[in-house]
Amino acid sequence: MTAPALQIIDLAVDLVSRDGNVRAVDGISFDLAAGETLALVGESGCGKSITALSILRLVPDPPARIHATALRFAGQDLLTMPEDALRKLRGNRISMIFQEPMTSLNPVLSIGRQITETLREHRNLGRQQARDEAMALLRLVRIPDPARRLDQYPFELSGGMRQRVMIAMAVACRPDVLIADEPTTALDVTVQAQILDLLLDLQRRIGTAVILVTHDLAVVAQTAQRVLVMYAGRIVEEAPVQALFARPGHPYTLGLLAAMPHLAAPHSDGVRGRLAELAGTVPVLDRPAPGCSFAARCVWAVERCHDERPRLAEVASMHRVACWRADDVARGRA
Amino acid sequence: MSDAGPVLEVADLVKHFAIRGASWFGRRAQVHAVDGVSFSLARGETLALVGESGSGKSTVGRMIVGLTKPTSGSVRLAGTRIDDLDRAAMRAHRRHLQLVFQDPYASLNPRMTAAELIGEPLANFGMRARGERRVRAAEILRRVGLSPDYLDRLPHEFSGGQRQRLGIARALALQPRVIVCDEPVSALDVSVQAQVINLLADLQAEFGLSYLFIAHDLAVVRHISDRTAVMYLGRLVEVAPTRRLFAAPRHPYTRALLASVPVPDPGVPRMRAPVEGEVPSAVAPPPGCRFHTRCPDARSECRRVAPPLEAVGPGHFLACHVHGAAKPAMIVGGD
Repeated sequence: MTAPALQIIDLAVDLVSRDGNVRAVDGISFDLAAGETLALVGESGCGKSITALSILRLVPDPPARIHATALRFAGQDLLTMPEDALRKLRGNRISMIFQEPMTSLNPVLSIGRQITETLREHRNLGRQQARDEAMALLRLVRIPDPARRLDQYPFELSGGMRQRVMIAMAVACRPDVLIADEPTTALDVTVQAQILDLLLDLQRRIGTAVILVTHDLAVVAQTAQRVLVMYAGRIVEEAPVQALFARPGHPYTLGLLAAMPHLAAPHSDGVRGRLAELAGTVPVLDRPAPGCSFAARCVWAVERCHDERPRLAEVASMHRVACWRADDVARGRA
Repeated sequence: MSDAGPVLEVADLVKHFAIRGASWFGRRAQVHAVDGVSFSLARGETLALVGESGSGKSTVGRMIVGLTKPTSGSVRLAGTRIDDLDRAAMRAHRRHLQLVFQDPYASLNPRMTAAELIGEPLANFGMRARGERRVRAAEILRRVGLSPDYLDRLPHEFSGGQRQRLGIARALALQPRVIVCDEPVSALDVSVQAQVINLLADLQAEFGLSYLFIAHDLAVVRHISDRTAVMYLGRLVEVAPTRRLFAAPRHPYTRALLASVPVPDPGVPRMRAPVEGEVPSAVAPPPGCRFHTRCPDARSECRRVAPPLEAVGPGHFLACHVHGAAKPAMIVGGD
């Protein structure tokens, strides 16, 4: 096996305020293999975006404090790396795309200027070379009429086109790692399908490893190889995508899958079926419980779950679940 | 009001918005947000109105509840025309027709408590005594699954899902006949979304409510609606009983829409995006069938003549020259 592109051990992020610390992300460890697609999935507030942003130290300090035993990329320690060295990596060997490209593109610079800036900064291209390369990139992300687009401004493009521009910029330097934070959430479903096609094609071509941050389990099922399910700042389940959907191990994962209306679900006759509800809401992080954070909503919870925090433990090859009752859940589900 | 016939009927609804400042050759440019939409809603029925951004689905909802004045066309509530009424005349009907928004945070006054938010419509319609309103508000809160202990809380003290329950409670206060739900669960997490969808279904069964359910999430629509109407660039392209529409879609746009939805099963191989491009501008919508610029099956007729919405089966209506009722051989000038 080749060395992982990215290695994260025990990542924690505190949000510091006058009212005290909130641990938004706690004890996150994972490797990202070269070329793989890893999904980070969870509901709002679970810490998936902060985890992704912390990798490039993009969460502002203060209020955020990042701690980790290791945050390694290609043998380098991202946590202690000086800011200017990190800047050379960002957008170059590790790049990011965000949910709303309008907020991450500069509104007063032309599309061409924004792409060529990245190219000139990281690849030392001359003005004309950079422009030619920018044209090629727009063609790569299948933007029609690229010469005209180069001179346009972000507001002149549709949401889908803006996301294509973001992707063009993100892959301009053929990064080793691409972090995509809800890249299709703001897009219409027909455009989402196009953007997912594009991301997967580019990944195959360039060999980039992708961290896909999303709340959408259907998107996960269709794009990722491996999945980390997050809840209240922690990983509660880690599994290859097939195993996660076939044999979900954590009660939270089971609940999420059951709560989802499904296009292919059998249509009940007469009385409309009910969706399985996950009672309650995500816990408030400033009053962490000593036990499992999901215990308060969990139908499987026993006393131990409220008192003692379960660690991730292997239930099958490459499949780990943080649940005291993982064995019972597996039997009950079967 | 009579109980016979549809509870809500819209006919030939049109909305053109003038674009501020833009003037070409002395003619103001216009956004053709909605261009001739007709449908009806039966008592106790849920009709889903689906489409992507810019389809005009929300504008249809706003015209129905009177928040936007139609350019032309009519809206009838239990047989009475309400689109041309002035504010005073509309008031009497308003109580039967309520709206639930996508983002309850933006639609609830942040300085009003739950009791005041639910009590306001009651006061507007004659419930004078404050104590009486409070009792009623507590009842309604309980009905939507919130504790009456929350009566004195402000919107920001509720979670997203609870706020949507509060929005629904406010809409329920006057015992309406029709609720227009504009993307009511789009902003919610999956686990909370299921709670709100189940609540809407329960309330419908209990009070005989009719829902116009405006949404873009097809899995949710398939779950909750009896019939589904698909909009594209201001027009209806297909209307059918939900089961039929999802099992046997006829319009190329409906098919593309369904095929674009990712399947939550890693065993199902991902399909390539079924259509290219994006929705064209509603300022200058394409002539003929508005979908022809992206349609894999488009013929020359589609580029010239707008297809009418015609019956192709029981309760199934389709606006398509190519996949319409048994007449493919009769199409002339196809290429």
